[in-house]
Amino acid sequence: MSTHEYYVDGDPIADTKAPDGPINERWERRRFTGRLVNPSNRRKLRVIVVGTGLAGASAAATLGELGYRVSNYCFQDSPRRAHSIAAQGGINAAKNYRNDGDSVYRLFYDTVKGGDFRSRESNVHRLAEVSTEIIDQCVAQGVPFAREYGGLLDNRSFGGAQVSRTFYARGQTGQQLLLGAYQALERQVAAGTVELHTRHEMLELVVVEGRARGIVVRDLVTGEVTTEIGDAVVLATGGYGNVFFLSTNAKGCNVTASWRAHRQGAYFANPCYTQIHPTCIPQSGEHQSKLTLMSESLRNDGRVWVPKAHGDDRAPADIPEDERDYYLERRYPAFGNLVPRDIASRAAKAVCDEGRGVGPGGLGVYLDFADAIGRLGEDAVKAKYGNLFDMYERITGENPYERPMRIYPAVHYTMGGLWVDYDLQSNIPGLFVTGEANFSDHGANRLGASALMQGLSDGYFVLPNTISDYLADGPFEAVPEGHEAVDAARKAVDDRIAFFLGNDGDRTVDSFHRELGKIMWEYCGMERTDEGLRKAIGLIRDLKDEFYKRVKVTGKAAELNQELEKAGRVADFFELGELMCIDALHRTESCGGHFRAESQTQDGEALRDDEHFSYVAAWEFAESEPVLHKESLEFEYVKPTQRSYK
Amino acid sequence: MKLRLRIWRQAGAEDKGKMVPYVIDGISEDASFLEMLDVLNEQLIAEGEDPVAFDHDCREGICGACSLMIDGQAHGPQGATTTCQLHMRQYSDGDTIDIEPWRAGAFPVVKDLVVDRSSFDRIIQAGGYISAPTGTAPDAHAVPVPKPDADAAFSAAACIGCGACVAACPNGSGMLFMAAKVAHLGLMPQGQPERHTRVLGMVAAHDEAGFGGCTNTGECSAACPKEIGLDVIGRLNADFRKAATRAA
Ligand SMILES: Cc1cc2nc3c(=O)[nH]c(=O)nc-3n(C[C@H](O)[C@H](O)[C@H](O)COP(=O)(O)OP(=O)(O)OC[C@H]3O[C@@H](n4cnc5c(N)ncnc54)[C@H](O)[C@@H]3O)c2cc1C
Ligand code: FES
Repeated sequence: MSTHEYYVDGDPIADTKAPDGPINERWERRRFTGRLVNPSNRRKLRVIVVGTGLAGASAAATLGELGYRVSNYCFQDSPRRAHSIAAQGGINAAKNYRNDGDSVYRLFYDTVKGGDFRSRESNVHRLAEVSTEIIDQCVAQGVPFAREYGGLLDNRSFGGAQVSRTFYARGQTGQQLLLGAYQALERQVAAGTVELHTRHEMLELVVVEGRARGIVVRDLVTGEVTTEIGDAVVLATGGYGNVFFLSTNAKGCNVTASWRAHRQGAYFANPCYTQIHPTCIPQSGEHQSKLTLMSESLRNDGRVWVPKAHGDDRAPADIPEDERDYYLERRYPAFGNLVPRDIASRAAKAVCDEGRGVGPGGLGVYLDFADAIGRLGEDAVKAKYGNLFDMYERITGENPYERPMRIYPAVHYTMGGLWVDYDLQSNIPGLFVTGEANFSDHGANRLGASALMQGLSDGYFVLPNTISDYLADGPFEAVPEGHEAVDAARKAVDDRIAFFLGNDGDRTVDSFHRELGKIMWEYCGMERTDEGLRKAIGLIRDLKDEFYKRVKVTGKAAELNQELEKAGRVADFFELGELMCIDALHRTESCGGHFRAESQTQDGEALRDDEHFSYVAAWEFAESEPVLHKESLEFEYVKPTQRSYK
Repeated sequence: MKLRLRIWRQAGAEDKGKMVPYVIDGISEDASFLEMLDVLNEQLIAEGEDPVAFDHDCREGICGACSLMIDGQAHGPQGATTTCQLHMRQYSDGDTIDIEPWRAGAFPVVKDLVVDRSSFDRIIQAGGYISAPTGTAPDAHAVPVPKPDADAAFSAAACIGCGACVAACPNGSGMLFMAAKVAHLGLMPQGQPERHTRVLGMVAAHDEAGFGGCTNTGECSAACPKEIGLDVIGRLNADFRKAATRAA
């Protein structure tokens, strides 16, 4: 069936900055061909960095060290609270400290394959190369990674990898990496190179004569709206998993910065690629405001199972071994409990759909540590996972040392994001995008411990090198007061605020967000169908209309107004949600986290369609139908094969 | 369950503020404390009232945003637990709960339960880092770190910067927060070159921000959701004495 009623075809696009030649020389070549900015000129250039997570703080700190004038923004009260702080499990790097056969090439290979052949080889190879420098950098900053008795760094293997290349700091790796970047950032604040604006939210991008030149921000404490002008804008504003309302993301995570840029012309790539994480604590009721991840590292020692019999509601300890179905070990003997996330999530959904799920509503499977405790002892298990077990108990009231955890998949990460070229520049000159906010390195599925790696790779090493090629043409002409582009951006923000506060509504923002999330989860979640997606698009459009008619926002503009903040974010989620469904509808193949029920192998695995879909779908905003630009993907090194973890 | 809440309402920094009573019903014991406040806010909005402002983000005990004085205890009654991780099964039907913001000279109230903790960032700016510009690092294995030191550094670095220590301290001191960072960095070989300038800078910024002095009451550590121990304060004092003698 044609899906063309929802979009129009545009011209194909190419990544014009991607170097060619042998893959292991491309990054070096690009660094050499990119132009540099003379140190004495750098202080004449102002770079606006939005976001203080791993991708933003590392970029802002490094650009400051290089001598640029940096203005850095976040909506939290401190840069240290960016959502990156919550990452638990670890960060990958091809150090091969274990001598277990790892290498840059293997990390590259695993990431391309793990992404189900929907990422760019050049980018992924660069990521793998840079990975080793990240660990060096973080250790030099004093990041307290886990160590062995000899004093050297410890490693573990992480979801889907057969080598131990994951560096970690107990279950708080993201926290420690972010604090490292945050401290480097605060050092630059003290040095006067970075100006920090916390509790500020970017609400619009300013594009002047085709270049990204600034942002419109609202001071969340006073409500004051201002326009900030610079020579380049970097968005490091994170992922959009909260379009589902319930996700493992922090409550404030949102798509507004990216979406506003998209509305100004920046392409949004592969929006439907979302990652559903298999090991989260199941929902307990309607009051649920977020879902909590239980680190994937738990699958190293925990065994996943459900009862063999449908509707078996005995306590787990009363179910004998031979009446349990360790379904991952059964279906995937080679990888067992360590299959990649998308596969583990779908397998959990499948057993629950069969009526074999456990816990409230039958939406859960067991993650059982009894064997590990028997083998290693409770103390060893506690040393490895103690904080996660404590967290589980606080949330559920159940003790996982005695009773298997209940887990269920939840939205976790978004591989899609603003389209960028090899330089991390969007199609709007001067607009750069780093970290989870861009689309570039993980294809249709991200491997565990690779987001932290990408965020820091982008921020510490890639962007500071590539942005100079653009800034070499600066400083750009001053943007005069009252320039029409500035006024228009400013007016759009003011109008929106006035609309929300003036609307005579009767429903809360959260009630709409929850309902939108349900639609997204039902039809654009773990399994997608042509029929379901069409239905979802209709439901989203109707709900969006109702939102504008009935949403009620209390309070004033000139004060701390958390309802107003939420209203703007949810408004953008509506538009994004629709685009995600259109993207998912047009991609009739299954790949990575995108599973189309119509496209599966006989034994229920995702079936790619390389002939028709080996491309990045980059969407251009239009008030009517979005325009699809395709960037075709070439695989010179890792030849596409059907992924198999059997 | 049904609860009576008394919540601090303050329209803005200049407003005087007062405790306001609310009644809320139908709260599940599986709900978190903040989810209970979400329910209250939905109710308030429906009634056309201004919802209660409070800081939160991760809701899993790691970002340090949430910050409530619950019945006079920072982060409430459960040990080693942030407000967002506190669940309503800790309470019973009919309970009355008082909810206030952090109270400290260095943390002025912004609105309702939201306070300004930027003074913590200023302490870090004054030396809470290791100067290692991007790209200058040697191989990560160049300097082994004895495991006990690495583990102790991690425990100190687990601080989430929530400010419970300050709120719990009768003097409003930021000593535990500051000492945790001094200990983290001072326990690592990488942190040695700046060890003395760091502690002097941070202590000066701490005092300038209006935090009170430390009189070893230990309330800070008892309230810390990450169970940072008082030993870090001993380390800071020792470092400070040495650094001050040298500087003199
Ligand atoms: C629970 C959890 C565990 C995870 N564990 C791992 C792991 O073990 N390993 C791994 O590799 N990955 C992990 N991830 C993924 C990883 O943490 C994220 O992908 C990554 O940290 C994103 O970093 P970022 O810098 O791109 O964005 P973020 O950290 O989300 O930062 C976004 C920043 O942008 C700011 N911002 C956003 N919008 C605006 C706006 N409009 N105006 C102003 N500022 C704005 C925010 O204030 C914030 O500072 C995990 C994710 C979750 C949810
Ligand atoms: S909301 Fe992040 S620690 Fe409580």
